[in-house]
Amino acid sequence: MLPAILASGLAMGSIYAMMGVVYNVMFSASRVMSFTTGQLGMLGGVLGAAFVGILGLPAIVGLVLTLACCALVGIVTEVVAVRPVLDKLDQHLYVLSTLALALMIQQFVAIEWSTEPQPFPQLIGFGGGGPTDEKFWLPVLACAVTVVGLELLFRHTLVGRAFLAISEDNYAARALGLPERRLRMASYALAGMIGGLAGFASGQLLLAFFANGPYLNFYGFVPVALGGLGNNRGAIISGLLLGLVQQAAHFTFGGVFTSVAVFAVFIVALLAAPQGLFGQPKQRRV
Amino acid sequence: MNHTASTPRPAAAPALGHTLLKLIPYAAILAVALVLPFIANDYWVLIATRAAIYWVLVSALNLVVGFAGQLAIGWVALLTLGAYTTSVLTAGTVLPPMPLLVAFAAAAVVGALAGLLVGLPALRLRTFYFAMTTLGFATITTQIALAWQDVTGGGIGIPGPWLPSPFDNALGFYLLCLGLAAVLTWMTANVARSRFGRGLVAIRDAEVAAEVSGISKPALLVAVFLFSGAAAGVAGGLFATLQSYISPEAFTFDLSVLFFIAILIGGRGSILGPLIATIVLTWLPEFAAPLVVWSTFLYALLLLVIVLAVPGGIAAMLDFGSRRPLARDRAVVPREELLGALFTERPASSAIVLKDVVLSFGAVRAIDGLDLTIDPGEVHGLIGPNGSGKTTTLNVICGFYKPDTGTVRVGDDVLKPGEPQHRAEVGIARTFQTPRLIGESTVLENVMVGGDTSGRATFAEALLNLPRNHADEVMLRERADLALRIVGLEALAGVRADRLQHSELRFMEIARALMLQPRFLLLDEPAAGLSGDEIARLGSLIESVSRHGVGVLLVEHHADLIFKICHHVTVLDLGRVLADGTPDEVRTHEDVVSAYLGG
Repeated sequence: MLPAILASGLAMGSIYAMMGVVYNVMFSASRVMSFTTGQLGMLGGVLGAAFVGILGLPAIVGLVLTLACCALVGIVTEVVAVRPVLDKLDQHLYVLSTLALALMIQQFVAIEWSTEPQPFPQLIGFGGGGPTDEKFWLPVLACAVTVVGLELLFRHTLVGRAFLAISEDNYAARALGLPERRLRMASYALAGMIGGLAGFASGQLLLAFFANGPYLNFYGFVPVALGGLGNNRGAIISGLLLGLVQQAAHFTFGGVFTSVAVFAVFIVALLAAPQGLFGQPKQRRV
Repeated sequence: MNHTASTPRPAAAPALGHTLLKLIPYAAILAVALVLPFIANDYWVLIATRAAIYWVLVSALNLVVGFAGQLAIGWVALLTLGAYTTSVLTAGTVLPPMPLLVAFAAAAVVGALAGLLVGLPALRLRTFYFAMTTLGFATITTQIALAWQDVTGGGIGIPGPWLPSPFDNALGFYLLCLGLAAVLTWMTANVARSRFGRGLVAIRDAEVAAEVSGISKPALLVAVFLFSGAAAGVAGGLFATLQSYISPEAFTFDLSVLFFIAILIGGRGSILGPLIATIVLTWLPEFAAPLVVWSTFLYALLLLVIVLAVPGGIAAMLDFGSRRPLARDRAVVPREELLGALFTERPASSAIVLKDVVLSFGAVRAIDGLDLTIDPGEVHGLIGPNGSGKTTTLNVICGFYKPDTGTVRVGDDVLKPGEPQHRAEVGIARTFQTPRLIGESTVLENVMVGGDTSGRATFAEALLNLPRNHADEVMLRERADLALRIVGLEALAGVRADRLQHSELRFMEIARALMLQPRFLLLDEPAAGLSGDEIARLGSLIESVSRHGVGVLLVEHHADLIFKICHHVTVLDLGRVLADGTPDEVRTHEDVVSAYLGG
């Protein structure tokens, strides 16, 4: 049983971790938590199934097209639901605008795609359902690619440093002449691609299902909440742990108790450390 | 000063005609609803029944979302719980079958407890975090309903409760739901008009001001979560009756979206707006068959449009009064002679004493060993360059900051650090450097918030508008009326606060502070942004307040004002006392002149 727990735990954990990173990338660029995060993961699965499974395109072409579409959805999120409410951040209108957009995406997929979970084609050819099945290690691979890619981007490119500058101090970055708006749009495109990649890589595990969005929203948010907003390392560690714990509980006690346990742990952890386990100072109120 | 000016006029009773005018839309909706069964077919009655059941839930949820501003997006979970509770209890599959009333009462209790459970995280978590926890709760409730097959029938479901005659037919059941909806409308309207309703909106829009006014956010939120959970539980029972057979599929997240969006489209802080929105959203998909599939998409689109274009929702569109232009050349003329009517007894004569207070932010010592005494009946000026710790001192006194060492006392009582909501009880009121207004409420309501601690009625009494609640309202209204006349804003009492000019907001904050009939009044740069005339009037108002035994702490940059009205001045620099004494002593103090006043 241990290999099965490890395989599916790491796979699910990788997905949660990536969704957490999607939240963080958007948050760093705009101080906004977006409900479209889960929808990006859902779209990755649905678009992948459409391109590769139905249109029969080669996996790599399907992946590129999926990422392009998800990047576009990311940009649309920024333009439609984030930019107009950015100057009223304190009213938290973004919660509503991104929720509205997320629902529209979800309903559109439900109507135009299907309300039933659809199969996702095998991409490489490692099947069998055992721990070596590609459906388990593709998400882990995608997560590793994301981590390495982000590390390279942030540490070794000028654009990446500009990202960091913006997330560190928006006003200072703008004062330095950084193109804040373009960088924000690029961040949303990047977030879209990471979300799409997570969905594409986990397609065989989660299936191409329109209702995956809220699920991914919630389970992707848990690592962010535990790891601390904007903290990618925290999100990835917490995400992987969440997946392992959840799957261990799933194999030992069964599905429902797992969800309840995750929810309970989430609430308790949040109440105990609202700023995440990695902490952030409280802001001045008066 | 002539006699008539010093006796307060009786508070203007809310004009009866005005109240009736406000009731017209509700009466019209009720009339249409009552006539409907006789002019339309059963199908329309069914839709109207559904709208009524939704409204039972939405009206109470409105207090959570619309008034308190808590983004509870997963409220369908409580509908689910109520539906299963009534169905299971009346069917007798788990326990012996129970009478219908008991089952519905149980649903209300289960709903209330679940509402509390879902709601409690709101005390610590904000906005998106809280929205996520309610979303998670909704997801899990559905999963449990699917998995707990012995009780819920799993995916197959169970039959809903059957109501006895005369509610066993479509008409009877409709009238029952309509009646409940009307009762819930009345109850939530009672709360909305009470100090609890104002407190909820204050928590939403000006939480810091609410705390300073002594409003307890936890107590208030617990009350509304219990109430709206109970209402959702009952609505769930009705919903199960209407469906006659329930399975987890009946409780899609779309329903939650409908509830939540109806409130926001209707407009936060309104009851009529969400009522209209609930009816329209329930009816919209029936308008044309193809829309059924797209209904949730349309709701979401509507929400997006509302958020981006009309943040006030339907209520703002219907608020014609706020579009009428205000008089251009209005001047705030305080009438301090009325203060005698507000301070009917002289406050107890003990001082606020700060002893050896130290507060560091990281490596910065914002306050570095401060001793300060604010005597009753005196105006105490606190001046110093920016960053010298003036506002920080105020925040320590008000309990927003916990000092590292040192104490704040009033008389013999040590004020507990970090508990701003308990300062009002001691009689400490304050204003803010940036006015903390509740923009969507009227000036009168903003001011009434300041007197919250004088209210005696409980939340339950407010729900039913029992005599004590009524007495509270009359008392608070009279006092707010008086406070507004004292600061000279009575002409603007009915105007939305966000339409006021900056200087008027400063005086409104003072009126709100006066509502407490305070022993101490802490003013944080009250003259900032005021014209010369206004500063003069403000100064004389502050002097009068102190003559009634109130200890005033005045943080200001206007040196003229400070030296004119203060009995005692303390100069801070880098968190330490640079000079302390009478205005004349301080004005000539060498260090002060070189460090601060210049010359």
